[in-house]
Amino acid sequence: MHKSLIKAEFQVERDDYKCIRCRVCERQCSFEVHSYDADADRMFEDELKCVGCQRCVEYCPTRALSVQPHKSTIRPHGNWPYRAVKDICKQAETGGMLLSSTGDELHHRIYWDHLVLNASQVTNPSIDPLREPMELRTFIGRKPDQVDVQLVNGKPVLKTELPPQLTLETPMMFGAMSYGAISYNVCQSLARAATASGTMYNTGEGGLHRDFYQYGPNTIVQCASGRFGVHREYLNAGAAVEIKVGQGAKPGIGGHVPGEKVDKEISITRMIPVGTDALSPAPHHDIYSIEDLRQLIYALKEAVEYKKPVGVKIAAVHNAAAIASGIVRAGADFVTLDGLRGGTGAAPTRTRDSVGMPIELALAAVDQRLREEGIRNNASLIVAGGFRNSTDVVKAIALGADAVYIGTAALISLGCTVCQKCYTGKCPWGITTQDPYLTKRVNPEIGTQRLTNLLRAWSLEIKEILGGMGINAIESLRGNRLHLRAIGLNERELDVLGVMHAGE
Amino acid sequence: MHYRFEKDMSACGLTGFISRNRNRVDGEAIMSSICNMDERSNGQGGGFAAYGIYPEHKDDYAFHMLYTDADAKEATEKYLDRHFLIIEDDELPTRKTAGIVDPPLIWRYFLNVDEEVLHMNACDEEDYVVNAVMFINAEIPGAFVMSSGKNMGAFKAVGFPGAVGRFYKLDEYKAWTWIAHGRFPTNTPGWWGGAHPFTLLDWSIVHNGEISSYGINKRYLEMFGYKATLMTDTEVTAYLFDMLLRRHKLSIEVATMAIAAPFWSQIDHLPEEERKALTALRQVYGSGLLNGPFAFILGHKDGMVGINDRIKLRPLVAAEKGDILYIANEEAAIREIASPDRVWMPTAGEPVIANLKPEKDIVKEAPSCIKV
Repeated sequence: MHKSLIKAEFQVERDDYKCIRCRVCERQCSFEVHSYDADADRMFEDELKCVGCQRCVEYCPTRALSVQPHKSTIRPHGNWPYRAVKDICKQAETGGMLLSSTGDELHHRIYWDHLVLNASQVTNPSIDPLREPMELRTFIGRKPDQVDVQLVNGKPVLKTELPPQLTLETPMMFGAMSYGAISYNVCQSLARAATASGTMYNTGEGGLHRDFYQYGPNTIVQCASGRFGVHREYLNAGAAVEIKVGQGAKPGIGGHVPGEKVDKEISITRMIPVGTDALSPAPHHDIYSIEDLRQLIYALKEAVEYKKPVGVKIAAVHNAAAIASGIVRAGADFVTLDGLRGGTGAAPTRTRDSVGMPIELALAAVDQRLREEGIRNNASLIVAGGFRNSTDVVKAIALGADAVYIGTAALISLGCTVCQKCYTGKCPWGITTQDPYLTKRVNPEIGTQRLTNLLRAWSLEIKEILGGMGINAIESLRGNRLHLRAIGLNERELDVLGVMHAGE
Repeated sequence: MHYRFEKDMSACGLTGFISRNRNRVDGEAIMSSICNMDERSNGQGGGFAAYGIYPEHKDDYAFHMLYTDADAKEATEKYLDRHFLIIEDDELPTRKTAGIVDPPLIWRYFLNVDEEVLHMNACDEEDYVVNAVMFINAEIPGAFVMSSGKNMGAFKAVGFPGAVGRFYKLDEYKAWTWIAHGRFPTNTPGWWGGAHPFTLLDWSIVHNGEISSYGINKRYLEMFGYKATLMTDTEVTAYLFDMLLRRHKLSIEVATMAIAAPFWSQIDHLPEEERKALTALRQVYGSGLLNGPFAFILGHKDGMVGINDRIKLRPLVAAEKGDILYIANEEAAIREIASPDRVWMPTAGEPVIANLKPEKDIVKEAPSCIKV
């Protein structure tokens, strides 16, 4: 075979003076970059295999290692960066589609970075969250336009029955990541952290391991095109059901879990044989139209006896506003929008980087459309797709979201360094792998604590920002685009986002 | 898509009183009360609402109109003529007053709605009137509906409230409910329509504060056909009350539980039935929650309500003397016109509610206790 022309992307440097030959790097690296030659008493590095995950650097007890982008480079060219050259070489060598993980990494505009927030000065006082109540409680579900509450002996009494609602103590949930894509320990960490934080995590399309039924009140169970692990008990184990039509990282494509990842536990949970590829069809083969979707929504509502909200998740595509409107009219209690930067365990690189649109634009368009049609109350709006920090969340809520899903950020809190190799099943941080040698690297106790800390920290920051705006309840921020201003966007972008430019 | 986001922020002074026995008094007392708080306004707007002033027209919608020019008047009259029965129309009486400059055309119409038209449009009479008000304000350039209720009217202008009252000859009107407002806007369109009270049908509202939730309150009400054209947060408050009280038929007590909702920390500790009701109100009317500092007085055909924001970021005092309830930002404004039997400070979010006695229940008593 022809010599591979793919160059090493990372350079591993070892300070031989500091290295004590403990071989921790060798054991930590699941990509087998490091090896030890006993005769020479020397460590060797195969840089071609290095993915830049930094696991060895972190665990080297003497700090002898550093991993950095490779110094060796091709001649710089505006149209032909090494990324483009490398992809061509890979395809020339394999004849295959390129695969990637996590969300879009191209430089599509990140609108969050062009939006700034408001604060109170003089005319209304800012509110100090250390001294005053600051409310983040959020409800997900269909709301009627009006409610009948009457006073009986001076006390309010509810005469209308409301459709089922999820109660979130903070407007952030853990996004859909399936058992199979992520490990048992990570699933457990997410479930326990969601429970501890009064919010939800989402099973993704991989079913629900029996051990996690106990976290049901904080679980959103998914029903995707592969129907993996979907049965009546599963549907009723969660607090809500989400029909997954699409995913931001790969709109128009179903989820793929390679057979190598399907061990006994996953096989039982997904209800498929051990070692078989779990390939979700691109569409749901019982949903070829909006009227078919309506049937599935109501079939699921029947299955859960109308006691749990049933929502629909779609990828943010060009027609998202009209599609979301149809979904609400079809009876969904919530709509989930997943943007271009939303994560994935495995997606064709070209799809990941070029199909769909940033969540900011889709969210603004969908919220506005639902309001113009007078049906915004009829469903909650959950958004996902690359939320990096609490101000991204605040901006999303101000644009009109009820709540957000965080996925990649949650995994980062468990150690992920966004090396984008989830699809290999060799995650050196033990997150997106089923190899027992690797999965034990995530300790569910510590994982739960780190995830809980993350939600707590972001919630504190959201309260601080809300107080600064002179608002003490999150519902007064939701859809309140007056608290947003844009910097450096053109008029079309301002119009779609429905915000004014800073200074206006 | 077109977004209009301008918001006019203003601080202010407000006062009002109501005789539950429907004893009508002229406008001198309310003018004295609001003038006591001139410190809280800056001459950029003053206004009044009065209830019970048109007993001879009590079944007609009294439209108080402001026009910037004759074209606006002509277009509006054409519209009114097409959609209403015009019972009477005249220029709203005014007198030349120092401090009131460049008045627009100010006109008054007593209107009735043809049953036939309602039937053809399959429309509730009050919704029909609301739609007309929304249309005139949004679509006819230079025309503005100052008030549109029955047996009530709003009087507003750019100027200190005392001068505004003199200008409109309020000393010649008799009302059982008077509400007044002096304005201190922080950015000034200097526009008569921008003064308080804001009204719709017989709702009138004067407001001191700034609604931080304005952006969503406005978008929320737009879903239900309300067009917030006046660039102020007070306007959305008026529309919000119209929706909750008239359209959704909530009682005033319940409506205030939605717009100045108790905190979850309070709700969570209530008995189940109350907790369920308050939770449902917050779930359904979350976008109608008013956030940020406010004190306001709402006048309506059956009474008057005063309320503060959830953490009382604006002053509000209530007092009682005989059948009269007073509400004002400052106690001094009440003591200026009465020696009350009882004065109290309502807590955050706690409404002060006074309702008129039904006419049949009223025994004629001694005249009201207002000293002027």
